[in-house]
Amino acid sequence: MDRAHLTDLYFAEARSKLIDLAAFLDRIDRSEGEDDFRLQSLRAALKELAAPKPDKAKAILLLLSDPTQQPVAEAGGKSATGAWPGF
Amino acid sequence: MRYIEPHAHMVSRTTDDYTAMVTAGCRAICEPAFWAGFDRSSAQGFHDYFCQLTDYEPKRAAKFGLPHYSWLCLNPKEAENLALADEVLALLPSFLDRPNVLGIGEIGLNKNSRNEVTIFERHVELAVKHNQMILIHTPHLEDKWKGTRLIVDILRAHREIDPARVIIDHVEEHTVNLVLDAGFWAGITLYPQSKCTPARAIDMVEIYGAQRLWLNCACDWGQSDPLAVPKTALEMKQRGHSETAIDHLIYGNPLRFLSQNPKFRLPENH
Repeated sequence: MDRAHLTDLYFAEARSKLIDLAAFLDRIDRSEGEDDFRLQSLRAALKELAAPKPDKAKAILLLLSDPTQQPVAEAGGKSATGAWPGF
Repeated sequence: MRYIEPHAHMVSRTTDDYTAMVTAGCRAICEPAFWAGFDRSSAQGFHDYFCQLTDYEPKRAAKFGLPHYSWLCLNPKEAENLALADEVLALLPSFLDRPNVLGIGEIGLNKNSRNEVTIFERHVELAVKHNQMILIHTPHLEDKWKGTRLIVDILRAHREIDPARVIIDHVEEHTVNLVLDAGFWAGITLYPQSKCTPARAIDMVEIYGAQRLWLNCACDWGQSDPLAVPKTALEMKQRGHSETAIDHLIYGNPLRFLSQNPKFRLPENH
């Protein structure tokens, strides 16, 4: 599928997600407090988004991933947060 | 349209979902054992769950004309209690001969802990001992990349395992290559927020080819969509994929993988 057709198919959705993200960051900026590791990771990911290189989804997923290789001592809960606390 | 839903937790869905899936063209459902949303307190709780997956749920699906298959295990979210996990592992062999059991799954890792790795390895050894196929859950979000690497390394250390009989599920853009390059099948899960969207799934199919990929919805008690696979098929059509290519991906591929177990058979008129 060529660029024009892909743009027809996905532009409105991408635009909507982009504005949601912008509004989220505005909301955060209006709030009291400091960025935690999740927001720090998200702001770093935005730079990947703007970088002129391919495989942006993979790069952002890796940026948000735990890069260590050894199993942790205990699970310490069941949920994931979406970003690596050691970022 | 016809499709096989190779990963759905129907015990937490309503009968309306069965109706919708059959109406959309679903020809069979596979249900891996999973976490109930709370930790079970005894092996007897797992015994009852395995009975539900191998007895009650197939009968429930049959009311809608759907063949129902299952995979059995203890989910990695309940692997921290090694003593209980071993009790549950001891139960599994007595269920493996049941007619709808396809193998061991969904085993894997959740938070990549030492005990999770221990129980994953014990499941793998059990699968090898009983010549079972394996369905693997990879961790969520920030834990997925590390967990997928650990899982692939453990499996590759077991030279007796045929990668063609193992599917590693919930791959995303940063893990799909790890899985396919090691010779395993890869599952893409269409699940809001925490896994993959239809558009991204189609991207991966276009980039990596559909040879050893399947799509699934993994619908459960969370916000999830039992019709995610047929909806993705519609989006594939919008992207210009042929009816044949779509059928190959959402029906042919799961049929090809699952039919490695002779218990998996669809009625001839399917």
